[in-house]
Amino acid sequence: MELIDQHTKMIMEGCKERARAMGLRFRDETLEYIVTNRDLLELTPKLMIPTLYDYWVHDVDVLKEKGKYELYPVNPYETVINTRPPISFYNDNNPDWLNVMIFYHVLAHIDFFQNNLFFRHTWDYDFTGQALSDKRMIAKLRSEKGRWADYVIEFARGIDNLVGYHYDLSCLNRQSESGWSKRVDFYFDVFLQTINKLKIHEYVKEIERYNDCIKQDKDLGEDSFFSEVDLKYPEFKEIFKKKMEKKPEQRIDIIQYLMENSEFLNKDENKWINSILQVVRNTSLFFQPQIRTKIMNEGWASYWHEMLFLQDDRIKGHEVDFARINAWITSMPRVGINPYALGMRLFYFIEEMADKGRYSFDFQRLHDAEKREKYDAATGQGRDFIFSIRENYCDFTFISAFLEQDFVTRNKLFVAGKRLNKERKVYEYYIKSRNAQDYRRMVIDSLYHPPHIEIDTKKMKDNALYLNHRFEEKPLVKEFIANTMTGIEYLWGGPVELETNEFVSKSAQSAQDFFPIGMTFPMAQDSEPSAKWERVLYTMKNRKLSRRTIQ
Amino acid sequence: MDHKRFEFFRTIKERGLEPEREEKILMELDHDGVHDIPDSSKDAKIVKTEALYLASDSVYATNDFSVLLAMTNPQGAYTSRLKSLDELLERDSQREKDGLPRKIRVGRLIKPGKGGREKIVVVPTTIEEKFLHDNAFRPSDEEPSSGGSGEGEEGEIIGEQPVHEQEGAGTGPGEGEEGPHEMESNAYDLGKILSKQFELPNIKDKGKKRFLSRYTYDMTDRNRGVGQFLDKKATLRKIVETNISLGNLPDIGDIDPSRFIISPNDKIYRILSREKDYESQALVFFLRDYSGSMEGKPTQIVVAQHVLIYSWLLYQYAKQVESRFILHDTDATEVPDFYTYYNSKVAGGTKVSSAFHLVNEIVGKENLARDYNIYVFYGTDGDDWDTGGKEALPEMTKMLAYSNRIGITVVKHTYGGTNASTEVESYIKNSGLLEKHRDLLRLDVMGEDADEPSLIEGIRNLIS
Repeated sequence: MELIDQHTKMIMEGCKERARAMGLRFRDETLEYIVTNRDLLELTPKLMIPTLYDYWVHDVDVLKEKGKYELYPVNPYETVINTRPPISFYNDNNPDWLNVMIFYHVLAHIDFFQNNLFFRHTWDYDFTGQALSDKRMIAKLRSEKGRWADYVIEFARGIDNLVGYHYDLSCLNRQSESGWSKRVDFYFDVFLQTINKLKIHEYVKEIERYNDCIKQDKDLGEDSFFSEVDLKYPEFKEIFKKKMEKKPEQRIDIIQYLMENSEFLNKDENKWINSILQVVRNTSLFFQPQIRTKIMNEGWASYWHEMLFLQDDRIKGHEVDFARINAWITSMPRVGINPYALGMRLFYFIEEMADKGRYSFDFQRLHDAEKREKYDAATGQGRDFIFSIRENYCDFTFISAFLEQDFVTRNKLFVAGKRLNKERKVYEYYIKSRNAQDYRRMVIDSLYHPPHIEIDTKKMKDNALYLNHRFEEKPLVKEFIANTMTGIEYLWGGPVELETNEFVSKSAQSAQDFFPIGMTFPMAQDSEPSAKWERVLYTMKNRKLSRRTIQ
Repeated sequence: MDHKRFEFFRTIKERGLEPEREEKILMELDHDGVHDIPDSSKDAKIVKTEALYLASDSVYATNDFSVLLAMTNPQGAYTSRLKSLDELLERDSQREKDGLPRKIRVGRLIKPGKGGREKIVVVPTTIEEKFLHDNAFRPSDEEPSSGGSGEGEEGEIIGEQPVHEQEGAGTGPGEGEEGPHEMESNAYDLGKILSKQFELPNIKDKGKKRFLSRYTYDMTDRNRGVGQFLDKKATLRKIVETNISLGNLPDIGDIDPSRFIISPNDKIYRILSREKDYESQALVFFLRDYSGSMEGKPTQIVVAQHVLIYSWLLYQYAKQVESRFILHDTDATEVPDFYTYYNSKVAGGTKVSSAFHLVNEIVGKENLARDYNIYVFYGTDGDDWDTGGKEALPEMTKMLAYSNRIGITVVKHTYGGTNASTEVESYIKNSGLLEKHRDLLRLDVMGEDADEPSLIEGIRNLIS
């Protein structure tokens, strides 16, 4: 790997100036490297982070058919990584005009990384630096503990998709304290409303009384307010004191729980395992936002590389070259989803809608189709609006909020169905629906969504760790359950139980599959659905898995 | 052909048939497929489309490198992967000792090509198991859907894709454009892995001989005049010859060796020479049922298993394996290469005995039993029109006389119910041959949803 030459770096710096002028915000420093095929071979298993810890699975071809992105929630071929400074990778024979385009694309990604709130937890440190020290630590542990270090990495990676990313994120983005004391908060929010269940007018009276007290004396008002409370509710003092003693309930994920509560891990000789768990957890957390913003991130970058390239005075004469490659990147496929195209078009669409003031109550209130068609409040707020979206949304909210019928109609989108034609022995692709709701559902269904599995301390008995899978109409991949639980059992140092749902069919096969295609067979059309969901409990004890139905 | 098939059906019907069996047989009889080989020019997935873009159903399938930089995903060299293979296998067996399940799998196995240019590519793969949503799962009536764009009414068909994609086609690691790897060498590696990783048993050396292109060096050649070692007997004979022709030996009753005239050319020496070596050699018959009922999964499983077996034998016999391929429906034919064997489409009825008969015929005609260790591997879905094996069993008994091993794989259709014994299965079991020739005949039954480990378990059954 070597840095790009000075000439190309100049181009990059020029791009930065122009991107900044349009409102993109990012830190000054960036690093650009030329990579060869060989470099890529080494980098891609490490998710383009050059300093990521070594792990033997990285050297093996990984089976990607099963679970695909669900297993490997990072696109290993990202051109730019979210580090400080951001590092981007290029091949060495791009013409200047193409570099201009790619640089804009990359800069928009960097802008996204550094401003989208879902990346908040990655802003305060440089991941490559962190990863390097982690790598050294793991190398050291490996030299001391041998293959067990690798087993621990394996076990930890087995549950690294269940990290409490959203909870961690919400702690970071939490608003600062509100200016009044916890006593006031507790009194009005909990004590009066949930413990004493005051009627509204009584509650409002109390608030007025509080405001009066504060008005009379800013410093002592609160105390005088509560002196009366003490008379009225002598028990309040005691309840509040108790409340303050109780620690606020913290939601922690499985890895955290193991680190805090596993007797096995807290033995002195096993403390080293915690360090590895921490590394694996942090690494997973670092990558989480990336996959959750794929459509937005690529859409945002495509929007800007197009916008900025066309305004760039340095590349006059390459419009046709650009048009060709840009069309390839941002065309909507006949069948399939292209995140670049979808994201970009949505940003354009939202900008236009916001420019016309259509994200407003006034517009929503309109029912006249013609008036809606012509509605244009000419707010000029479109650009600002999409900047706020790039700051506050992730794929899920982005698609749910903005992918509406007008957008689907304008871009001629549809949900493509695939069905079997038994006579002709082909799968037919057909237009299933042009309804925005269906399209939205289809996109959302395809988004990354790891299962929600938490520890249920109430159901734990006999030192068995109890995992509860919150069922979302999709079963877990059965073949993986055993090995994943083996890993957890090792880290927990005791038996592990997993409660989940499984689809159990009464007869082995549905009537449709009864005979192979091409054979005529009088089919029982009115066969009843003979399958249903069952809640089952898996138990992993001494590396043996057992399963029973619990309801 | 059709007529012949029907005739056969009539004869077996006269012998008496249960209604269900008759139904099954009729189904095959009505099946209108033909045994052609899929046209390789139809590599493109889509038969008739308006430029369908099938590649990325998933939002996450595309990335900046491929889209923006037009760089293909890098592919590791095949050799560099193999280099680490031993290490990986060692790690894997260590795992087992530590009480953890093995994690290395043998990756993509074969990519058939025409004219013996098959590629077997061994790629160690692994999977990191996690708790995941099973995305393949969908409630029974829901069909898979993805996005799309463009003209067309709702309900309009916009493209088609054949149901049965060619097995093994597609791109994968090690299948880059660097030119085909020779089947032999790669299959050999695969065999090595199978032997090592799955601890498949070694094979007995039967000691049959047939010359091969392998040599040892020995002092066997003779040379006049010069050489390393004087062959006295041969030299003396030559001298006598010379003297007779010179008239120097008038009376054979009275020979005086001291009077012999000895020319330098009469001296016969032994010199170092290349000698052909003799080793035991295997001949493997691969037989498979390609009747109509074999459609889909059973065929895939049978050929996948046969590839593995072939590879394993190749390793065991240090590449000295010859293979013959036989396909049968109601008639059996021998096909020239693995490609045809692998790819021929299913159609027609089922008569297991036809294949066995052909093997016996070939072995008899070419006198193969003398020179070879003969292995016969047969794959079927267990269906046979020949109720009770009246014709198949005698042929099989004949085969048992010369084979080292007959391995029969029955891949059951799931619709047959898991417990019901198939025709082939039941007549072989009832014949008592399995007990009588425990060393020679093996039967392995698996479901059509069998995965790789059960395939390997099956091989172990067949060859151990």
